[in-house]
Amino acid sequence: MSQQNNGALLNHPPKPFWLLAEITYRCPLHCAFCYNPTDYVTHTQNELTTEQWIQVLRDARKMGALQLGISGGEPLLRDDIEQIVAEAGSLGYYSNLITSGVGLTEKRIAEFKRGGLDHIQLSMHDITKDINNFITDTNTFELKKKVAAMIKEYDYPMVLNVVIHRYNIEHIGEILEMAEAIGADFVELANTQYYGWSLLNRAQLMPTREQLEKAEAITNKFRERVGNKMKVFFVVPDYYADRPKKCMNGWGEVFMIVTANGDVLPCHSARSLPGLEFPNVRENGLEWAWNESPAFNKYRGDDWMKEPCRSCPEKEKDLGGCRCQTYLLTGDAEGTDPVCSLSPTHDVILQAIEDAKNPQLAAQPILFRNDKNSQKIVAGELKDLVAPFHALP
Amino acid sequence: MSDKIKSDAVFGLARHYRFQWEEAQGGYVLLFPEGMIKLNGGAGEVIKRVDGKKTVGEIVADCKAAFPDVPDLEADVLAMLQLAHEKAWIALKE
Repeated sequence: MSQQNNGALLNHPPKPFWLLAEITYRCPLHCAFCYNPTDYVTHTQNELTTEQWIQVLRDARKMGALQLGISGGEPLLRDDIEQIVAEAGSLGYYSNLITSGVGLTEKRIAEFKRGGLDHIQLSMHDITKDINNFITDTNTFELKKKVAAMIKEYDYPMVLNVVIHRYNIEHIGEILEMAEAIGADFVELANTQYYGWSLLNRAQLMPTREQLEKAEAITNKFRERVGNKMKVFFVVPDYYADRPKKCMNGWGEVFMIVTANGDVLPCHSARSLPGLEFPNVRENGLEWAWNESPAFNKYRGDDWMKEPCRSCPEKEKDLGGCRCQTYLLTGDAEGTDPVCSLSPTHDVILQAIEDAKNPQLAAQPILFRNDKNSQKIVAGELKDLVAPFHALP
Repeated sequence: MSDKIKSDAVFGLARHYRFQWEEAQGGYVLLFPEGMIKLNGGAGEVIKRVDGKKTVGEIVADCKAAFPDVPDLEADVLAMLQLAHEKAWIALKE
């Protein structure tokens, strides 16, 4: 297989170092920027069992997986996370619970510590109660502070993830100060990437270039002051870059996701792509899924590339960008990511940047991520909202 | 950050970092929130000896004893410790 896929490009055969377990799509929060599939409601009744998850962990570890993310939805809605964490600990994973904090109790965190969970990544949204509660469509502001204190008390590395959008980007300095005050070790300022719900809400969420540049300057200044005491990652939004991101570090190169219903994916939104049938752990072995399945081999290496990527001297740097984004925005899964200034479809990004300056678009109602809206999308009731993008149901 | 690594200094792994042998990678790795570093053979041998007890001088002596045929080992070990300290993978013990 490596020969068919230009083995010179990367280390072949690749190994799945990162395993992301999207253990449930159920979530008590309804964040407008969620990247989960807009039809997630179709995957909430057929979750894998505890035994199936344990088998997934064992099989992936044998294949070389090392970093484990337990995510969702909100993973703490499942009552077997303690068992899953303990299994991960005994297998030697470096494990991470990615949570909103809802459902984290003293009893559970103590059990996670005993089981060997390595860190907890807590999502925070803003320094103000109003914006936290608005963007998540919940009343969770005070809870998050309590959970942060609990994480500290149990001597976990404090990893905060803050998704950045136009509602909080101007508070970035204060957000960093808050992170410092609660003793964060790592802070990820993740500018919204536009997939799933966030793509539907893009006009309402996307900051302007001026806002972004200001936020980056404030972040850099903060970094200089705190040094190594707190590591700050600033995830640049690719719409404002000249070149696309090397999505997932390459399709099927290092990253493997198993979703709530057992699908095995090379990235979070791969199911939006046309003509691909993804393996499922109920029917296929993980090893076959990763090494042999047609879906995992489809965009490995660069044999699939068209011009202008094919002859581009930078093709190994970014591998033509993100397949899902390209398809969602242009309808051609094998084209050049429109983020690239060399892409023939780059104008769709320029238009989105232009739209970010339009207050009328920004004032449209937000579609929150919740079961009712997901059901409506599945039933075809929100056709007007979905129409500008390819592949959404 | 210190400019020079002193021979009586004692380093330990930074808080929340984990160091382990990975069969699938055929090497040592450093694990921490949001990342992982695969250490090459020499780097792995140095970090393996960073235990919060040995002094830098003892680590150098230990490496020399383990790899007697490698020339200029001391400089390599010190450079590795310097790099690891700058990257905050290891921290000075009080």
